[in-house]
Parts: sequence; C-alpha cells; structure tokens
Amino acid sequence: MMSLVRKFNSTFGADMAGPAIALIVVMAIFGLGADNFLSFGTFGSVAFQLPELGLLTLAMLLPLLTGGINLSVTFSANLSGLAAAWVLQAHGGVDAEAAAFPLAIVAALAAGAAAGAMTGAAIAYTRAHPILVTLSMMIFLRGLGEFLTRGGDVSGLPAYMAPIGHGSIFGLPIPLMIFIVCVGLWHVLLTRSKLGFGLLMIGSNIEAAHYSGLNTRRIIMLVYTLSGVMSAVAGIIMLARFNSVRIGHGESYLLITVLAAFLGGINPFGGFGRVLPVFVALIVLQLLSSGLNLMGANQHLATALWGGLMIVVMAARTLVSTYFASGRKKV
Amino acid sequence: MRRLMLGHTTELTLLVVMIVLCVALSFATDRFFTISNAFDVLNVSAVNIIFAVGLLVVLIAGGIDISFAVAGSVVQYLTVLALGALGGGNWTEGFIIAGAVGIGLGLINAALVYRLRIISIVATISTFNIFFGLLMFFTKGVSIYNLPDWLTSRVVFYEREMADGSWLELTLPVVVMILCCLATWFMMSRTTIGRQLYAFGDNPEGARRFGIHIGAMHAISFGWLGLMAGIGGLMQAHYAQEVVPNALYGRELDVLAATVLGGARLGGGKGSVIGCVLGVLMVSITQNGLNLMGVSPFAFKMIVGAILLVAISLSSARLDKLLPLLAKSRVQKGSARS
Repeated sequence: MMSLVRKFNSTFGADMAGPAIALIVVMAIFGLGADNFLSFGTFGSVAFQLPELGLLTLAMLLPLLTGGINLSVTFSANLSGLAAAWVLQAHGGVDAEAAAFPLAIVAALAAGAAAGAMTGAAIAYTRAHPILVTLSMMIFLRGLGEFLTRGGDVSGLPAYMAPIGHGSIFGLPIPLMIFIVCVGLWHVLLTRSKLGFGLLMIGSNIEAAHYSGLNTRRIIMLVYTLSGVMSAVAGIIMLARFNSVRIGHGESYLLITVLAAFLGGINPFGGFGRVLPVFVALIVLQLLSSGLNLMGANQHLATALWGGLMIVVMAARTLVSTYFASGRKKV
Repeated sequence: MRRLMLGHTTELTLLVVMIVLCVALSFATDRFFTISNAFDVLNVSAVNIIFAVGLLVVLIAGGIDISFAVAGSVVQYLTVLALGALGGGNWTEGFIIAGAVGIGLGLINAALVYRLRIISIVATISTFNIFFGLLMFFTKGVSIYNLPDWLTSRVVFYEREMADGSWLELTLPVVVMILCCLATWFMMSRTTIGRQLYAFGDNPEGARRFGIHIGAMHAISFGWLGLMAGIGGLMQAHYAQEVVPNALYGRELDVLAATVLGGARLGGGKGSVIGCVLGVLMVSITQNGLNLMGVSPFAFKMIVGAILLVAISLSSARLDKLLPLLAKSRVQKGSARS
C-alpha cells in the first residue's frame, strides 16, 4: 500500500491525490447512479462548459500562487469581452468583416492586460493586501462596465464569432482546445520559466525573494497582468458562447475559481501548487454538476455539493497529514 | 489626546476625509446638509453596519468570513418559516430565532476552522457555496412576500416633521444597529474576551501559550458574526418588506471592503468599531452625495470603486513610509554606481 502511494506520488505528485480520488469517486457514483452518465453526451457537455470556469481559474491561479488573490477576474473578463464587442460594433456589427476579428481580440487582451497591470501596480507599489486591492478593483470594474453598458447587454456580433464558443474541429470543441493550450502555457510558465520560479518564491517568502535579488515588484505586476490577459481569453470565450456581453456574466464563477484552485492542491498561503491537479479538479467539479443535471437536480445543488466536496477534501488532507505526522513520531 | 491620535491614525484620517467630503457635498448640493438626509444615510447603511461590526470581530481574531451575507439570507428564510409555524410570532421571538440560527451557522464555520483545521477563507468560501446552493435549491429561488404584519410595518422610535416638509425618522434598524455597535464595542474593549480576541488575532501561537483557548476564540468570533448576520438579515427583511433568497448575495465583498477601509487589518489584531462604522458610512455618504448631485446611478459603483482603490492604496502606503524607502533605494543605486 505504502509503496503504491509512493509510486503514485513520484509519478503524479502528492497534490494530485485529492483531485484524482475525487474524480474516481464522482465517476463511480454517477456511473452507478445515472445510467446514461458514462456516455459521449456527458463528456461533450463537460467539454463545452469547462473552458469558461477553467480559464477564469487559470487567471486566478497565478495570483494565488504568489500568496495573493485576484477577485477582479470575472469583471475583467466582462470588460475585455465588452472591448472586443465594441471593436466589432465599430466595424459594422453583424456584418463586420473578418479583418476586424484580430483587432477585436487585441482590444480584449489589451483591456484585460490594462486592468491587470493597474491591479498589479497597486499591489506591488503600495503593499496593500491583494484581497483589498482586487476587491476594490472588482467594484470599480463592475461599476465601469455597468456605466458603459447601462446595465444592458451588447449583442449583434458577426457569425464567425460563434465557432469559438460552439464549434468543433475533428470532434474536439474549439473552446476546450483553447483551454488546453492555455493550461499547457501555464504549466510551462510555472515549471520552465524564470517568471514561474520567481512567482513561486514570492509566494513562499516575499522578503527572502526580495533579498535574493528577485525584482519582486516587476514579477507581481507581470503576474497580475498575465492574470488579466487570461481573464480576457475567458471573456472572449464567453462573448462567443452567449453571442453577447453583459456585465455580470459569470459573476457566480468568482468564488468557484478559488475553490477549484484550492481543491487542486494550491497552497492557500501561496508558493506551492501545480496546474495539472487544478485541471483535474476542474473536471471533477464540472462532472459533478453535469451528473447532477442528468439526475434531475439543478445547478444550485451542484454549487452546494462543490462546497461540500471542498470541505471533505480539505478535511481529508488535514487528517492524512496528522496521521502521517503521528506515524513518523512513533518511529 | 496625543496617544489617542497616534493609536487611531486610520480612523482619524478617515474622519478628516469624511468631513472634507461632507463639506464639499454641502456646497455642491443644497439637499445634502440637512438632518433628514443624515438620517436617510443612517437608515440605508444600518444593515451593512450591523454586518460590518460582526465581520470586524472575525477580522480582529485573524480570520475572514465570506459566507455571512448568504448566511443572513438563510436566516431570513428560516426565521420567516419558523414564525409561520409558530403562528405569527412577535419581535422577541423573531430576534431569538434569527439570532440562534445565525449563531448556529457561524458555529459551523468555527467548527470547520478549529476542528478540521481548514483556513478560514477556504472554509467560508465552501460554506458560502453550501449555504447559497442549498438555499436556492430548497426555495427554488422563490421569494416570500406575505410576511407577518409586525415584521413589515415600520417601527419608528422618533419622528418629526422638519420646517421644509421632510421627515426625520429614527427607525428600528438604526436603533438595532446602534445597539449592535455598542455591544460589539463593549465586548471588544471592555471585557477580557475582547482583549483575548485581539491577542489571538495578533499572534495565535503566542496567545495559545498564554493559555487562551483557541477553540473558544474561533467560536466566539464566528458565533458573534453569525449573530450579527442573523440580526442584520432580519433587519433587511424588515426594511425591504420581503424575503428574496439572493437579496444579500454579493453583499459580503462590499461589507468587507468597507470594514477594511475603516482600519481593520486582514491578518488580525487591529481594528475598531468606530473605524468600521466610519468605513461603511463613508461609502454610503459617497453614494448619497453622488445621488443628490444628479450623477447617473450607473456611475455610482465605478466612483465608489475608484475611491476605495485610492483609499486602500494610500492607507497602505503612507508617505512617511514611502519616503525612506525611496531614499534607501537612491542610496543603494548611488553605492552601486560608485
């Protein structure tokens, strides 16, 4: 048993255990409980729903790893979507030619990056607590969006936007492919780049990182800017899926992204965590909600169960760690 | 006096800013500087202040709670259902039920944090989802409009018609809010429990070695917030004259921002009731002033957000702290060059 555990830990990492066990349990329960759960349809619906929450979670991930948090991800996504929609509208709305598309994408990414850079600058230079800065940023961005849209929604987008939200290539949904590419990017960033190393060090101990010669301010600014860019990608996907922008779309995802990240083994104090367990955790959450939908329950029960699952996983972690600690003491 | 000023710099700064803001608004609009408007602001912010003083206790004890506003909604629903089962009820029963349910929900958080050693933000984000998910699932999002008459009829403790025809009203939510503030102030600054909460928030391990019971601290802080969430929820139902399951959804972050604006520190050990009240009032006064100035309501949140952003950034980076830092970096650069 112990050697099995050790083997698993060396192949996938110790933080993979929680999400992996949860994945197996969820698959088993729904596989037995709902007869049509283990079907292509379920995985199709998961594949289309996963990217929105997933991209926002990726946006949340980097700040969490630095020991911060970015509560403005959902509204950054909304505003980025709004920027893209605005560019498309300026080029003729439904009849916008294909040339407007890259422009819209650039506008969205720039809006997200600008929001992120502002947040990052405020955190890096004033040393205010990230929860507070991003919270006030969130209130500000929500207000800005509501001011610009007057609380309504912006629609009338060219037809070529739809495939980004609904299309498939070779049976693989396009949003899922975008999401997987982003997961890959984040994985490489965290494991292979200087920035990834630096941000993990900041999460462990910002003072030590600073004295070791890391430019902590620059890294924090970059982290929040990247978080804004990733929110913008989520915003573009949301724009394409709903075929409209509305401030408040995806608002309920905000705290779920934090939950998914912690479920995926991210250390709440920052410094430790990997992308792949978070990816598995996201699949678990989405399977849970799809499975419940199949059994006739609604999203709200799924939300409650997400919270319950989180508590179970965290409690199990505490129990396991105390068990191992006491075991070591005896030896 | 000097010690008082040094000990409460955040509160003092906030007070000065608020006075400046009020003076500016009184010149900008003719309706702002009236007593009836001051009472309007109080009436509007009563529920948020009740929530805020509860949250303050948790923040001082070094925790954080995201779930309290949703817990307030759960309390509203359960209280109204329980009162229905009791066949009407009255204010005393309403307060007892709401308070008890609120404390119960708070103790769930305390148990998760203390027994299962889940850090408070993770635990309360989970309970936030559990409370809200279950509430929406069981109520199917349906609001309750036929509340008992005593709950919806306005209770006015003092009213007077002013010379200009406007009404000056001191309503129940404001009185309850003042009582909640006084109770919290008394607990935090006049009892041993309060000192222990400050000590625990400042240095949990030190407090533990001092013989302070950690579990009791968690239970008291989260229980107190639960009680305030319950009372606040009941007051909100009274004020809105209806129970809507998602009425308080999203309120938690606004209250958190206002509380921290008032000088409470995330991480514990710092914060005061007066600062917390000033923080909430600051946001309400801004909104009220913008409203009277005829600014589009869609721009409110944007301006409030911008003010919060500036205030929080400035209060974290005081000029006197920034200056030596700048000087130091200049010296370092100079030495590197030579």
